[in-house]
Amino acid sequence: MKPSLMPNEKIDVRSILEDLENYRPKRRSWIWREKSDCQTYGPFQYQNMSSPLTNGIAQPAAGYFGNIDPQPENTITTEIASGRFEDDIRRMRMAAWHGADHIMVIRTAGQSHFDGLIEGTPQGIGGIPISRKQVRAHRKALDLIEEEVGRPINYHSYISGVAGPDIAVMLAEEGVNGAHQDPQYNVLYRNINMVRSFVDAAESKKVMTWAEMVQIDGAHNANATAREAWKVMPELMVQHGINALFSHKVGMPKANIALSTVPPTAAPAPCVRLDLPYAVALRDLFKAYKIRAQMNTKYITSSSREATVTHVMNMLISRLTSADIQSTITPDEGRNVPWHMYNIEACETAKQALSGMDGLMELVTLNREGVLGSEVRELKERAVLFLEEIIAVGGYFEAVEKGFFVDSGLYPERNGDGIGRRLDGGVGAGTVYKRHSDYMAPVTAHFGNNNIAQYDETKASTPSALIDGCTLEKPEKIIYIDELDPEDNVNKRLDESERYRQKETPTITPEVQWLGDGVVQVDLVLPTDARSAKYAAVYFGKQMNLQEVEVIHIEALHPSEGTRVQIKGVLKVDLKLSDLIIPETPEVYDDDTIRHIFEVNPVKIVAGTVGEDEHSVGLREVIDIKHGGIEKYGCDVTYLGTSVPIEKLVDAAIEINADVILASTIISHDDVHYKNMKRIHEYAIEKGVRNRFIICAGGTQVTPEIARKNGMDEGFGRYDRGVNVATFIAKTLTDAKEAHISERAVSGKEA
Amino acid sequence: MNHYTKREDDFENRRKHLEQMTEKEVEARFWSLLDEIVDPLLALAKTHTTPSIERSVLLRMGFSSLEAKPMVEEAIRRNLIGHGVGHLVYYKAMQDGTAIREAGLAMLNGEGWEALEAHFSQEVA
Repeated sequence: MKPSLMPNEKIDVRSILEDLENYRPKRRSWIWREKSDCQTYGPFQYQNMSSPLTNGIAQPAAGYFGNIDPQPENTITTEIASGRFEDDIRRMRMAAWHGADHIMVIRTAGQSHFDGLIEGTPQGIGGIPISRKQVRAHRKALDLIEEEVGRPINYHSYISGVAGPDIAVMLAEEGVNGAHQDPQYNVLYRNINMVRSFVDAAESKKVMTWAEMVQIDGAHNANATAREAWKVMPELMVQHGINALFSHKVGMPKANIALSTVPPTAAPAPCVRLDLPYAVALRDLFKAYKIRAQMNTKYITSSSREATVTHVMNMLISRLTSADIQSTITPDEGRNVPWHMYNIEACETAKQALSGMDGLMELVTLNREGVLGSEVRELKERAVLFLEEIIAVGGYFEAVEKGFFVDSGLYPERNGDGIGRRLDGGVGAGTVYKRHSDYMAPVTAHFGNNNIAQYDETKASTPSALIDGCTLEKPEKIIYIDELDPEDNVNKRLDESERYRQKETPTITPEVQWLGDGVVQVDLVLPTDARSAKYAAVYFGKQMNLQEVEVIHIEALHPSEGTRVQIKGVLKVDLKLSDLIIPETPEVYDDDTIRHIFEVNPVKIVAGTVGEDEHSVGLREVIDIKHGGIEKYGCDVTYLGTSVPIEKLVDAAIEINADVILASTIISHDDVHYKNMKRIHEYAIEKGVRNRFIICAGGTQVTPEIARKNGMDEGFGRYDRGVNVATFIAKTLTDAKEAHISERAVSGKEA
Repeated sequence: MNHYTKREDDFENRRKHLEQMTEKEVEARFWSLLDEIVDPLLALAKTHTTPSIERSVLLRMGFSSLEAKPMVEEAIRRNLIGHGVGHLVYYKAMQDGTAIREAGLAMLNGEGWEALEAHFSQEVA
């Protein structure tokens, strides 16, 4: 029987690795999200949503809206890069629950220049070595995860470098659904010989076409590399065009060719104003192609807040134009490789922004009459002029030799600082061979001249029939290699962290990317200047028993008054979960039980926000029938409003003979919320009525423990709703009644 | 030190021939120029091969990456890659009446290369 995942159980990485040599992926080909017939979630009507997940985690504020979790129709990408593929499996599962359905596991630095396939599971740097075992394990895990969340998940890898065709075949065999493929990336950024890159690319793209993979190009790298990213826009369209048309002419359907595009700039530049004309021009030119909207990384810093805001503005561009794939960049990418929680933050940011801006285009239209239209036109013309000059100098290779690409000028301006490559230079130069007239390759998805007919004319269109099928038709012919390095492999790494994987006596420690890494992040505000705060933060980190303390972000609150510092460090502390004392989950009665209790014991409530405090939303939600508040259980509620003096609240309760006082207290500076609770309690005692009332306090900063300590019968926090308050009142009333009955029974006996 | 072109933005001069075009015509020109640029690249790819392409052929024929690499290297050394390394394996299997995999493993053992050289050099001639 096929194992399936249970939400309350961890994925068993060792069982994923078991029997891998015999595992075949469930399917191949990319699957797009589709617009759903159902566009209603809770009380809201949407325009651009796909089907809901069967298992997922909604954004935090969903609690206010009946836990709705609308899923945008855009595919959402997350990029994982821990360097250990076994730990990435757990993160993929987390990301899938938060709405990612395109999982990209970044490739290790240096694999581009490895002339052949990497086998086994060595650890990578800033990514993983792509190998058959790694890819198969990931696809196997995703085959389970996609069933758990109820949505197909596309797995993505890289077909670049000098071993493009080798990798393309391996990925096709292993059911990988999408890949980066763009020979220009090899040429410009990896200095791989350009002839080799283009000849290889045709073969890779042919294989990808067979596998029905979605291809993502590499043009966005020009944004990240150019000195002034917003000036390379005409060139970006040229790069997209070269790869897109080359791919299509190899045989790839346009619907599987995605342009990787990034809004080129970021605030404080007027980025939407600059980026939108480019986004419109690109989508005009490439109508039949797909758009993979990437987020800006060029101007990312160590501020995760700033990155998140930039990314939300990027998604405004997506909503104003289009994004078949909304890629996400983790907000910590400016300071380290992505950590678990930042992958999740990025997925949530995308889901939140895209659902929040749903239906935007029903309200606004892009005004193409004015500056937008003229800039769109100008960008297209600049791109055309770029192409004209490529042809004028003799073609693509000549243009590259002359440093046309990644020049920081706004073409046709040229600053002479482009990346140039020689036709006979780069990795793999001199390794391109002319095919003889009898050249033959008896396999499927082979590009170019292939003289099959010399052996069998009837098989000219099915070359692999010559050998009774190749691995693409007969996967049983694939030769699987497990491990080559006895030390650097997944088994050794799993052994080292095995104590954190024990099911019988679970032991945990904090982590950010690898099981057992012990890394924590701490946020400090230090009342001093930035320079001294940097060193002081490390000192405090060490005092917290952290090892390997490093500053990961520093931001002045004021040149001398204060500095915010984020540090990371390793906490070498294990916890056996069995040693942990966990309080019981608070009891919540069902609606009928509460109604019944209130019917038998009619309840009058007086409520108000106390002190100098104008907040009303929280209390109204707890009270109002339309928010599912306690009124719906048949209580009689007198709401006194906001900024109610303590005395007035208690006096009102006395006057109307209430049973319950609900005090909302939101403002918390100088602990005023706790002081208010204490004053209510003391005033009620003073008036001799404390025992007559159930008195509760609630607010975003209220905890039950401290509320009780300050004289309240109970406290309610940020996540408590009407039902929690009602349950407490109902329980207190029935308990009191029972106590009263048993008291009478006892006293009766005594009499 | 490279000597790549430096020039001011002369867009207004350069665009004169585009000025009268409709936007649709500009877009069409974009695509027809691209045609001119990518067609020679495709022609090159059709008529050439590389070690990586040949290894990818051998992978599809049921060889591992560890087997494919030395086979392709040997074919390059013997100046036979232009016939297709998969072709060499196929031809040897046919000649020997063996399975593809068996023929390839024999080649990995250094067997049969002279015969392949003799056959394929004659073909070219």
